[in-house]
Amino acid sequence: MSEAALELSNVSFSYTKRPVLDGVSFSLDPGQFCVLLGVNGAGKTTLFSLITRLFVSRNGSINIYGYDLKQQSRKALAQLGVVFQQPTLDLDLSLIQNLHYHCALQGINPEQVADRLQLAMEEVGLADRSTDRVRALSGGQRRRIELVRALLHQPRLLLADEPTVGLDIHSRQAILQQVRERCSQDGIGVLWATHLVDEVEPQDQLVILHGGKVLARGSAEQIMQQTGSDSVKQAFNQLTRSESS
Amino acid sequence: MKAIQYFRCLWGIFIREALRFLHQRERFFGALVRPLVWLFIFAAGFRSILGVSIIPPYETYILYEEYIVPGLAAMILLFSGMQSSLSMVYDREMGSMRMLMVSPFPRWYLLLCKLTAGTLVAIAQVYLFLGIAWFWDVQPPLIGYLLAFPALLLSGLMLGALGLLLSSAIKQLENFAGVMNFVIFPMFFASSALYPLWRIKDSSLFLYEICRFNPFTHAVELIRFSLYGQIGWVAFFAVVGSLLVFLAGAIYGYDPARGLMTRKQGGG
Repeated sequence: MSEAALELSNVSFSYTKRPVLDGVSFSLDPGQFCVLLGVNGAGKTTLFSLITRLFVSRNGSINIYGYDLKQQSRKALAQLGVVFQQPTLDLDLSLIQNLHYHCALQGINPEQVADRLQLAMEEVGLADRSTDRVRALSGGQRRRIELVRALLHQPRLLLADEPTVGLDIHSRQAILQQVRERCSQDGIGVLWATHLVDEVEPQDQLVILHGGKVLARGSAEQIMQQTGSDSVKQAFNQLTRSESS
Repeated sequence: MKAIQYFRCLWGIFIREALRFLHQRERFFGALVRPLVWLFIFAAGFRSILGVSIIPPYETYILYEEYIVPGLAAMILLFSGMQSSLSMVYDREMGSMRMLMVSPFPRWYLLLCKLTAGTLVAIAQVYLFLGIAWFWDVQPPLIGYLLAFPALLLSGLMLGALGLLLSSAIKQLENFAGVMNFVIFPMFFASSALYPLWRIKDSSLFLYEICRFNPFTHAVELIRFSLYGQIGWVAFFAVVGSLLVFLAGAIYGYDPARGLMTRKQGGG
């Protein structure tokens, strides 16, 4: 059984005849923070839809902790925590009701995770607002609750699809820090999709996706060295320009 | 996954549906006012025009109000089922549908939970309506209220499954207006909800055949017979058969490998 938290092998997908993903392959180990970097329309969300089995690819394979997503989809999905690009909290329900709903969808008794839940709410500074409707929270607070929710059932792989889009700099930093801590402390694998190059740290694993193809993969430092760049931004621009031209 | 986890999932989805319904006050009152308007105003106006002869399950002449109450109960289930399908389209557009779909439970089970939860919320509305109708002198035998429950459950599941099936095929939220015009109204009016089928047969044999094959007609009759302590077997089998067909279609529609979802969603 493979030890990789996530392993994609030659994954392709198209909505119509034009391919949106073309032979995507990369892997991610437990405890690694991997940034999936690409401009809007690069295929990041489609890739997330395939990993979460909202769509099914006829080509290639996706394994999550050794579970084949096609053959053992339920075991594979049980390893996942997901923050989608679109907000998925129910605005008319309270914060705690949303979290209890998530527990139900994971088959967890909320009382069993009450301590963890309380702790997580305190971490994000919302312990005293648990009965407030989500509608009353700010965009940053909602995102942080979505993150708390995604980690509540202690998944081994966290998928976050542009979770910081539209947030102010402080909220972005707080969310990134929260995820990086969980990644290093708990050893969970993280696949973090973004188009914001400043979210990449030199030690991060980096996958550059452009036009549905992987242009580069490895640590951010390696990719900078390979391209002779001083920054991730420069490396990204160099790779995507040469691909476009 | 153990049985208790399956139950937790069902319970959690039911609680969410119930809370959403209670929080949306307009929806709550709308669901109640609609059948009451039909009962208090429409039925009063048409009482003298539409005579109802003695037909099973009734053993004597009845007032028109009494005749249309089972149809209005089914109407609550019909609107609720379609409302549920609307919420599925909304959830899909807004993203919360994804939360449901990435759960490690089997997808057919998640859809069944969603369907059952929506139906139970609708049945609560039906009983509230029947309670008000009691004070309007529509008083079936007390045992009928108990016996109506399985009929309401089956009918609600069948209409909800139809809603699910439609939601898997509806491309955008805006298209839901089409469902009102092309599904809800034709189903409701081409049924035995407001008039017995023999009256329609007198007017048009063709229309009568349409009404006879309308699953909603059978839902109405199943509820009508059960309210008076009887089982309409034809209606029972028609409702169960329709439920299985609609449910199979909905599960197919939401299957990521074969269904219709991928055709409708773009990606970044």
